Amino acid sequence: MTSPTLTTRAVTGRLAAPVVLALFMAAVLIPFASLLLAALQPAGAPLTGFALPDGLHFENFSRAWSAAGFGTLLRSSVVIALCVVPAAVVCATLAGYALATLDVPGRGRLYAYLLLGLSIPAEGTIIPLYYDLRAIGLTNTVPGLALAEIAAFMPFGVFWMRAHFSTMPRSLMEAARLDGASSWVTLWRILLPNSRPAVTTLGVLYFVWSWNQFLLPLILIQDPARRTAPAGLGFFTGQFGVDVPLLAAATLIVIAPVVLVYLFFQRHFISGVLSGALKG
Amino acid sequence: MTTADRLTGPAPAPGAQSRVERGAGGTARKHPRPARSGRRRRRAVALLYLLPALLPYTLFAVLPLLHTAYLSLFDWDGVTLPSFVGLDNYGRIVTDPQLRAAAWHAGALILFFSVLPICLGLVSAAIVSRRAGRRGTTLVRTVLFLPQVIPLVAVGILWRWVYAEDGTLNQALRAIGLGGLTDAWLGSFTWALPAVGLIGSWVVSGLCMVLFLSGTQRIDPEIYEAARMDGAGPVREFTAITVPLLRPEFAVALSITVIAALSSFDLIYITTGGGPGNSTVVPGILIYRLAFGGGAVGVASALAIVLTVVISIAVLVINRLSREAP
Repeated sequence: MTSPTLTTRAVTGRLAAPVVLALFMAAVLIPFASLLLAALQPAGAPLTGFALPDGLHFENFSRAWSAAGFGTLLRSSVVIALCVVPAAVVCATLAGYALATLDVPGRGRLYAYLLLGLSIPAEGTIIPLYYDLRAIGLTNTVPGLALAEIAAFMPFGVFWMRAHFSTMPRSLMEAARLDGASSWVTLWRILLPNSRPAVTTLGVLYFVWSWNQFLLPLILIQDPARRTAPAGLGFFTGQFGVDVPLLAAATLIVIAPVVLVYLFFQRHFISGVLSGALKG
Repeated sequence: MTTADRLTGPAPAPGAQSRVERGAGGTARKHPRPARSGRRRRRAVALLYLLPALLPYTLFAVLPLLHTAYLSLFDWDGVTLPSFVGLDNYGRIVTDPQLRAAAWHAGALILFFSVLPICLGLVSAAIVSRRAGRRGTTLVRTVLFLPQVIPLVAVGILWRWVYAEDGTLNQALRAIGLGGLTDAWLGSFTWALPAVGLIGSWVVSGLCMVLFLSGTQRIDPEIYEAARMDGAGPVREFTAITVPLLRPEFAVALSITVIAALSSFDLIYITTGGGPGNSTVVPGILIYRLAFGGGAVGVASALAIVLTVVISIAVLVINRLSREAP
C-alpha cells in the first residue's frame, strides 16, 4: 500500500460522514424551505418552485388565520388534544402501574389483550365507529373523537408505562407498603414523582399523535366548522384553484404547534419513537 | 377522579411490622383484615386500576373491530337493510382487479417505506458512526426526525409542490440541463406510485438512520478493533459485525415502517387520492371510498379485516424473527 492512496483513503474517510449527514439534512430541509418561500409570495402567486419572493408577504398568515378559518381549526385541535392527552396519560399510567406491580387476576392475558391493539390500524375500526357513534349522536362532537383517539392510543401507553414501572426498584414499593401506604398512595406520592421523564415522553407522543391524526377526524367530524387543523388542511387542499401562498401559510400554521412541542421536548420524542412507538 | 376515594383502601401486608404513619400518606389503617379477604380485595382494587384503560379500549377499539368483522359478512350500502352474504365479500377481494391492485400497491410501498429507508439508514449510520467525534449529533437528530413530527397531510402538501409541473424537482432538472425528463410526476401513470413511495422514504429514512446510529453506539468498539486486527475491511466489518448486532433495531424499524406502508392513507389521500386512474390506490383509500361514498360497506369492512390480519401477522413475524438468537 503506497502512502498517496492511504491519504486519499483517510481524506474520503473523514469526509464521508459529514457529506452523508449534509445530504440527509438537505433532503429534509429543502422541501421545508420551499414551503416557507411559497408562504411569503404575494397573495395568489402561482407555484414557482424554489424562488425568492419579491418581498416578505406576511399577510398570507393573517389571511390563513382569519379568512380561511385556520384560527378556528387550530382551536378545535387544541380542545381535542387537551381532552385526549391528560385522560389517556392517566389511564395508561394507572393500567401500566397495576400490570407492573399489583396482583392483577389474569395479568398476562389482560396485558396481551391490550397489546393486540398495537396492530389494529385506524382502517380496522373507522367504519363501525362512524355508524355507531352517529347512531348515539357522538359524531361531530369532541367526546366522540376524543374517545376514539384515547382507545387507539391506549395500547402503546400501557406498554410504555408498564415497562417504566417494571424498572423501578421493588424496594421502594416494599418500603412504602411496610409503612402502610396503600397502592394508590404509593403510586402518586412515591412512584410518580420519580417518573417524570416517562410520563413526559408519553404526553409528548400523545400530543403529536392527537394533533396529526387525520382519518379519525376526517370521518368522525363531518361538520367543516368543527374539523381539526390537519383535517381542515386536507379539505382545503382538495378545493380546486387553491391559492398557493395561502395554503403554504396555512400549512405552516398547522405544523407550528407540533414543531414547537417537538423542539422543546425533542429528547423525549426521539426516545419514545426509537423505542418502537407506532404512529397512532 | 371520583374513583380515587374508593381506591385508597388499605392494602395491608400480612405481618406488616409497623402500622404507624410515617408520612408516606395518611391512609394507613389500624385494623388489618384477615389475609385472604385482603388478597381478594387487593386483586379487585388492582382490576379497578385497569378499568379506565380497558373501558375505552374495549368500547372504541376492540368492539368496533369485531363490528367490522360482522359487517364484512353483509352486503350493505350504509342506508337500506343489510343482507347476509357470508364470505362473498372476501371472495371479491381476491377476484376484483381494483382490490387486487390495492394489495399490489401496498406491497410496492413496503419497498419504499421499509426496504429503501432501512438500507439507506443502515449504510449511512455505518459511515457516520466511523467518525471519531460526535459534534452536532443533537442538531442532526433534531433535523432528521422532523418529518416524523409533522402531520402527513402537511408532508403531502410539501411534496405536491416538489412534484408539481413548476415544482422544485422539475426546476432542478431544468437547472442541470435535464429539462427533457420533467414530468407531472403525481399525474403520471408510470411515476405516481414511485413518487408517492419516495415521500414515504423521505419520512422514515431519518428515523431509520438515527435508530441504527444509536444501535451502533451500543456496540463495543473493541469488537471492531479485533476485526481490524484480523484484517477485516470496512465492508466486512459492516456485514459481519454491524448488521448482525443491530437485530433489535431492525425489528423496531421494520415494524414501524411496514405498518406505515400497509395502513397508509393520509399521504395518498392528499397527493393523488389513488389516481391517476387506480395507479396509486391502496387498501386505506379503497376502504374510505367504498364505505363513505361507494355504498359498499360490506366489501370495505372485509378489506379492513384483511388489512388488520395482514398487519398483525407481519408484526408477529417481525417480533419472532428479532427474538431468535443471531
